[in-house]
Amino acid sequence: MIRVANVSLEYDTPAGKVLAVDNASFGAERSEFVCLVGPSGCGKTTLLNMIAGFFAPTAGEIRVGGQAVNGQGQDRGIVFQDFAQLFPWRTALGNVAFGLEMKGVAKAERERIALEQLRLVKLEKFAGAYPHHLSGGMQQRVAIARALAYNPGVLLMDEPFAALDAMTREEMQRLLAEVWRETRKTVVYVTHNVAEAVYLADRVVVMTPHPGRVKATVAVRLPRPRDPLSVEFLEYQKQLLRHLTQ
Amino acid sequence: MKAVLSVLLFGLLYEIVARSGWFAQALVPTLPVVAHTLWTMLADGTMEGHAINTLYRVFAGLAAAAGFGLALGFLMARYAAVERFFLPLVSALMPIPSLAWAPVFILWFGLGNTATILIVFYAASFPMLVNTWTGVRAVNPLWLRAAGAMGASGAALFWKVVVPGALPFIITGLRLAFQRAWIAVVGAEMLAASSFGLGWVIFDAKEFLNADVMLASLAVIGAIGYVFERLVFGSLERATVARWGMLRGAKA
Repeated sequence: MIRVANVSLEYDTPAGKVLAVDNASFGAERSEFVCLVGPSGCGKTTLLNMIAGFFAPTAGEIRVGGQAVNGQGQDRGIVFQDFAQLFPWRTALGNVAFGLEMKGVAKAERERIALEQLRLVKLEKFAGAYPHHLSGGMQQRVAIARALAYNPGVLLMDEPFAALDAMTREEMQRLLAEVWRETRKTVVYVTHNVAEAVYLADRVVVMTPHPGRVKATVAVRLPRPRDPLSVEFLEYQKQLLRHLTQ
Repeated sequence: MKAVLSVLLFGLLYEIVARSGWFAQALVPTLPVVAHTLWTMLADGTMEGHAINTLYRVFAGLAAAAGFGLALGFLMARYAAVERFFLPLVSALMPIPSLAWAPVFILWFGLGNTATILIVFYAASFPMLVNTWTGVRAVNPLWLRAAGAMGASGAALFWKVVVPGALPFIITGLRLAFQRAWIAVVGAEMLAASSFGLGWVIFDAKEFLNADVMLASLAVIGAIGYVFERLVFGSLERATVARWGMLRGAKA
């Protein structure tokens, strides 16, 4: 579904050229949940932004669904870390319906679909609420529903729960695992949290900084729902941490 | 409630000064005298006539300024070439007081509405223009990215994301533009208008030492300005950006 092949990104700064991503390659099969894990500066968000089409790599190629990525497209939904990503002038329903509106779906139909998406993230009761009346966790759930509403094959997520408190974050991870099971989207999920990666991913791509490189790829073979306190779960965490610290 | 108290207290202070005998009664009339004059002028319709003239000039100038400021502000924020061309002009023209143009406009267009409205237009254009321009540039880039990922571009992106995203600045721009316009119109009427308008009334009353007429007109000018500032722009803000949580800072 997603092929990232020998992708590099170099950009100019006043201090000279910086290699943000160096020859990164990985892939995601249809309906696979892939996590990019690494410390800040490892290029994981940059990679995600290139898959989203916000800018192009300086070398290499990215393909989504067989097509070379060229700019943004409705085949990919994206969720950012910042709660401010929602449009404050639209209700939760209006936010979720935005992509369908751009597609030219009629009002009644898009509101029906948007409400369905809000039900998926358990927020149908808040359809008429403006974002500033929702908690951070609820806003991120609206953002997930919004990115899914126009039915892209791929969901790109950039640390969507990093700004939430620990308890809300766990709740959101469970919810996302459920949403993923129901929608079967291909997900690329960026995080710096190793436990989160083991909890969510089929496959974890470990990245290291300066320059951003893919260090290792680890398949997580654990049944779902996963128990973060099980011995196997902790083993995977240790394995990822070893890759990150070596 | 507190607003009423401030006005009452200020009125009381004025009344003490007016009755103290330090100044001639004709120059500093007591409030009942001013109130009576105001009432007479309202009752026979002269005050309303002047106010309508002034309001017409303000809104003609303000509407033109809002249209012009919005359009050019958007274009400057969107196209670097437009910004490069107009920014030096804006920087050079903005500091010139609008009333300084009065003699020029009178020379070109004669006394009357055209010159007055042009002065108002000049005064109101810059806050509208600069705020629109700033507002568009202050639109959260995340909204643009999210909207782009959802397939928005061109006109849809502009009307459904850029305009509402810039609205806090645009409303503030409109507010400032109205204030500037309202200040400018009174001055413009003194210089460039003939026979009608609140500013002209004040200027004309000076000739006859009619301080009560002046003060009555000032009260009307203040009242109209207050109504627009608090009711019109206040409600506009409450119905939009305040309702959307886009205004930070002091809570009501």
